Amino acid sequence: MVDFSLWDILRNLLLAARWTVVLSIIAFVGGGLVGLGLLLARLARWPGAQLVVAGYVQLFQGTPLLMQLFLAYFGLALFGINVSAWVAAGVALTLYTSAFLAEIWRGCVNAIPRGQWEAADSLALSFGEKMRHVIGPQALRIAVPPTVGFLVQVIKGTALASVIGFIELTKAGTMITNATFRPFTVYACVALLYFALCFPISAYSRRLERSFKRGH
Amino acid sequence: MVALDFLAVLEQWPALLRGAAFTLGLTAVSALVGGAVGVACGWARASGPAWLAALVGVYVELIRNTPFIVQLFFIYFGLPSLGVKLTPEVASVIAMVVNLGAYAAEIVRAGIENTPRGQIEAARSLALNEWQVFTRVVLPPALGRVWPAMVSQIVIVMLGSAVCGQIAAQELSYAANLILSRNFRGFESYLIATAIYLLLAIFVREFLNWAGPRWIFGRTAAAGR
Repeated sequence: MVDFSLWDILRNLLLAARWTVVLSIIAFVGGGLVGLGLLLARLARWPGAQLVVAGYVQLFQGTPLLMQLFLAYFGLALFGINVSAWVAAGVALTLYTSAFLAEIWRGCVNAIPRGQWEAADSLALSFGEKMRHVIGPQALRIAVPPTVGFLVQVIKGTALASVIGFIELTKAGTMITNATFRPFTVYACVALLYFALCFPISAYSRRLERSFKRGH
Repeated sequence: MVALDFLAVLEQWPALLRGAAFTLGLTAVSALVGGAVGVACGWARASGPAWLAALVGVYVELIRNTPFIVQLFFIYFGLPSLGVKLTPEVASVIAMVVNLGAYAAEIVRAGIENTPRGQIEAARSLALNEWQVFTRVVLPPALGRVWPAMVSQIVIVMLGSAVCGQIAAQELSYAANLILSRNFRGFESYLIATAIYLLLAIFVREFLNWAGPRWIFGRTAAAGR
């Protein structure tokens, strides 16, 4: 019988927290790229893009992330793709993140006055030039606070990957509980570690938002 | 080759129906109680005594910066070691109430803080006491202003309740899992459950948008925002 001290519990949780961070980064970067693609498809007015992207966003915002994870896990296996928990969690969280970011960023682009679009059109800028020199930089300034705020949602979302067997902070908590029979201490530590990850980010996002409002 | 068999899942419709009803029940109870917690905490943060506002602030930040699944596990697995034994259903409701309460507190606070000062002064000059000022003058239009955010948050909590199946609360995702264990049609059963969640989300959103002005904050408040 091995005795776990509080330090042993914390140390093992900290080791597992690495994978929470890595999965969050994968989902955030992947979701950001896919979300940007969706946003551009919408702004470029590709035929059907409006409808398809709006439906995509509705689908991911209107269903539980847990179900999306299960579907990725069982769905990829149907196509004969060998699914590890890594692949399923990475794919599901990337798609989930992309839907939310596409919608957040669309709001930011919509906040830019119409005159800016018209001015860019009257200078005969191409779509790419408009995005790069006129709309992009302005939308970016508005987009930073809510995007940073959404990162907290992504980090919390990775906790659900524990359910399909991805060993991150929450799953490690469950495993350590099964070994130590001290659920109260272990889950309190898990919660505190998530708080330590998320709170600085939400506080930073709020500060950005305040300074942005003051600037206007 | 991909061979899907949805009929094998749809045959088990009573389990899905029970699960969906259970999810709706969980959502209704937590929305009512969690909404009340949110109003109380929102008041405390916007106009309560400083020590209470600080205490509620800690609660709100703790909940908003930790995942729901960890909150649920802490309540269901952690609290029994303090001598509090909970059934999966009670633990689910408590977790959802605590979670929604924290988010609702911030939403309600935003509504309260946007109340024009003149309205409060006018109410006081009519000799209403503080309780009357809050419940009749401040709260209804405040709820009207933030109702869309509140509705979204309730839908988010409902979708989050899929996690409660993990502690064997018999809601919709639990039903999907049960069907999977009967016929091994994992993808089909989760796809159908997901579609039901989508319908539930649309239904709950429409219902709350309809019910809010009628029963919660009054039509005039919504019209006057």
